[in-house]
Amino acid sequence: MSKSYETVIGLEVHVELATKTKIFCGCSTEFGGAPNTHTCPVCTGMPGSLPVLNKQVVEYALAVGLAANCQINQYCKFDRKNYFYPDNPQNYQISQLYLPICHDGWVEIDTASGKKRIGIHEIHMEEDAGKLIHDEWEDCSLVDYNRSGVPLIEIVSEPDMRSADEAIAYLEKLRLIIQYLGASDCKLQEGSMRADVNLSVRETGTAEFGTRTEMKNLNSFKAIARAIEGERNRQIELLEDGRKVVQETRRWDDNKESSHAMRSKEDAQDYRYFPDPDLVPVMISDEWIAQIKARQPELRTEKLARYQEEYKLPLYDAEILTASKHLADIFEETVALCKKPKEVSNWLMTETMRLLKEREQEAEDISFSPVNLAKLVELVEKNVINRTVARTVFEAVFADDVDPMQVVEEKGLKVVNDEGALQKTVEEIIAANPQSVADFKAGKQKAMGFIVGQVMRTMKGKADPAMVNKLVREALEKK
Amino acid sequence: MDILDLTAVDLGRKIKAGEITVREATEAALRQIKRREPVLNSYVTVDEEGALKRADQVQEQIDKGEAASPLAGVPVALKDNLCTEGILTTCSSKILANFKPTYTAEAVINLQKAGAVVLGKTNMDEFAMGSTTETSAFGATKNPWNEDHVPGGSSGGSCSAVASGECFYALGSDTGGSIRQPSSFCGVVGLKPTYGTVSRYGLIAYGSSLDQIGPIARSVEDCAVILETIASYDFKDSTSVARKDKDFLSALADDVKGMKIGIPRDYFGEGLDKEVRDCVLKAAEVLKDRGAVIEEFDLGMVKYAIPAYYVIASAEASSNLSRFDGVKYGYRTKEYEGLHHMYKKSRSEGFGEEVKRRIMLGSFVLSSGYYDAYYLKALRTKALIKNAFDRAFSRYDLILGPTAPSTAPKLGVSLSDPLKMYLGDIYTISVNLAGLPAISVPCGQDSRGLPVGMQLIADCFQEKKLIRAAYAYEQSDDGQRGRRAGGQRNE
Repeated sequence: MSKSYETVIGLEVHVELATKTKIFCGCSTEFGGAPNTHTCPVCTGMPGSLPVLNKQVVEYALAVGLAANCQINQYCKFDRKNYFYPDNPQNYQISQLYLPICHDGWVEIDTASGKKRIGIHEIHMEEDAGKLIHDEWEDCSLVDYNRSGVPLIEIVSEPDMRSADEAIAYLEKLRLIIQYLGASDCKLQEGSMRADVNLSVRETGTAEFGTRTEMKNLNSFKAIARAIEGERNRQIELLEDGRKVVQETRRWDDNKESSHAMRSKEDAQDYRYFPDPDLVPVMISDEWIAQIKARQPELRTEKLARYQEEYKLPLYDAEILTASKHLADIFEETVALCKKPKEVSNWLMTETMRLLKEREQEAEDISFSPVNLAKLVELVEKNVINRTVARTVFEAVFADDVDPMQVVEEKGLKVVNDEGALQKTVEEIIAANPQSVADFKAGKQKAMGFIVGQVMRTMKGKADPAMVNKLVREALEKK
Repeated sequence: MDILDLTAVDLGRKIKAGEITVREATEAALRQIKRREPVLNSYVTVDEEGALKRADQVQEQIDKGEAASPLAGVPVALKDNLCTEGILTTCSSKILANFKPTYTAEAVINLQKAGAVVLGKTNMDEFAMGSTTETSAFGATKNPWNEDHVPGGSSGGSCSAVASGECFYALGSDTGGSIRQPSSFCGVVGLKPTYGTVSRYGLIAYGSSLDQIGPIARSVEDCAVILETIASYDFKDSTSVARKDKDFLSALADDVKGMKIGIPRDYFGEGLDKEVRDCVLKAAEVLKDRGAVIEEFDLGMVKYAIPAYYVIASAEASSNLSRFDGVKYGYRTKEYEGLHHMYKKSRSEGFGEEVKRRIMLGSFVLSSGYYDAYYLKALRTKALIKNAFDRAFSRYDLILGPTAPSTAPKLGVSLSDPLKMYLGDIYTISVNLAGLPAISVPCGQDSRGLPVGMQLIADCFQEKKLIRAAYAYEQSDDGQRGRRAGGQRNE
């Protein structure tokens, strides 16, 4: 590569809001459910049905906009985006084009290259579409409208990012803000947070932007980072070859780590946006904005300080725990039950993180309940099980959210602290290992460790380690 | 006395008094339907079984003293764009020929609560697009006064049914004159309420920002009672208004003394049939004689109403009608290759000419590059038209003029010249653009014996003024002569 290039990135992020009901009707937004059971005439676009705006959607959008330093359009409207596709029962999507609820905001990111503000062009409210399922067996397509009408906000950034690191930092920041506000759980894998990447490259020092492409189908932060690298390299190669970047929408295939063109600007549809006459303009009063601001929950900075103060946790712990709202919630609920902040923090920071990493999951995917973790902490505390066993039990809690006591009982994992039984094992092991006894006598403390280890193994780890230590020492010293 | 001569309110009184049973009234209407339908074609669906069953139910309620409404037991016809649970609702279109909704329009629910007996669903211009009821996929409706003529439209089936005794009253919908113009052509009273007064939930939309459901009946009193019954605030319709002044019956006073009525010169210019003009001006004289102050003035903006309307209504329609795609319900073409072919073929075969014309027009004016020049300009024009009315209503209680420039044209004439048909909406259309209430009252006949209608327009939420003036006129000798279309049903 002879020249040096700069990457210019803008992101369009869709976030599914955590309302109980859909944006324009009273149907449940709950995930799952048999196909077309969370539907009504409104969200299936039946003739004569009319949309009615869910106020909670506006409140969430406002909360996110205010936390992202946006200006609010206090007179905002919904527009219809017209296009034909069966996942869209009315063949138009109700969205916002002309007067979106929020605009001109920013969030601050912190990367290896320092702090930086990323501009937010706008945030608008819209409805999600249904899901198409192709039945290969019957050779037909089926539509499930359970997701149709689930509320979304789309957050459109300015083209302010210059690297994958910055893009990921921006997404993480947005996710954290939204999670803390309770506006969404922001799970990329389940699609409650989706990001499209707009990217162009230009020679370093050039003032004008290059031609951009839009990348879709990005299901994880890692995929986003890989797609950014891949697209940057593809565009640079084109330019180096003296060819041009075509303005188009591309689909990322994370398995192949490559993308292919979906449609070019030339076949871009004309969506014929116009104000939806079935909905009245949304008037957002100063009082309403003040109420939303007043109701803003504790955000991360405040939580960090409180964890150190109230729970006496080190900054390191507090940072890890508050990096995910879900994790912080589990922490607080568990501590409320068992009153052992440092213990709970340890389980979450070490074992939980290890298991998540193994499974390539994120903190948002944690599914065990605080009740079961609190029970586990108590079992260890009361010496019903030892720490080694507790790790095994925790794996079961982590995987299936089971009652730890039940696991202990079923698998017979209770600590053996029956002195008679232990004494017998200790004597057997000592008898079988005369060399170690001799080593111990010769002053090698390590030899005792070996004996203890053998006893624990024979007891399948269930023995109370303190008691084993005591018995082994006594036995060896008697020799 | 023939039952069919009664107004809805008179029939309701007689039913309560036990002089007529609900079944007798229903059977009388059903007999008249059997007699007249082969020629008139007012109905798309007649629900004989359902109506008789319902008649007995309502009779039981009345006997127990549970049905207090003046409309209890009175048989009604509904325009076929009002959703009725389990009963075909076609919008007179092939694309919805098999559509049975799972829900009932809010306005119809309000009628049912009042003890209405639904006879069936009336014919209309396909998706309410037309002024003659000739664009129906199920054949044109004929004018009961002269079967060579159209009944007007788009609520032509409802108006024809009311005029011919095939029902005692009906509901229609009015987007650009679709209640008032056919009421004028059929010699009945039709009222288009202020936008937001009657819930649009369950009304299959044509132009959402203009559509409004309203009554079609044989007297002003009937219209007042029906409007009071169907008007309601409905949280399911975001454009619904909570009104505290729905006691429309209180306006039934024969008293227009001191009422200021403006006659726009721009409504009496070129294109207005002389006979129509004479009838309407004569009606104005009647009101003057009864104490109203009549004055001519220039309304302004009149010639811009038609282009603005056809841009806005078509734009909304192009989007509203996109849901009819053969995927979920309604007509789907038999053979197709792939999704887009299915869409194209289903819609090409399912929609008629006029509907396709307006979908194309609407899609065009919303296209990128044309939006500002057409759609936005039309919205600005709409605002200016509203301003012109605001100025007028700062001086007048009501505006009086013709409902339509002519009496009912002959069948077939309008279809061949859609532009001329559009011009026929000149007096009614601006009322929808401004969201105003208006009423069409019969005020005589032309030399061929075809009815003429006078239109009264009021400011938003001033239906009571409309009702008062229309009622006062109806009480006059001229008004009484113009009212009855009874002679048209016994052929």
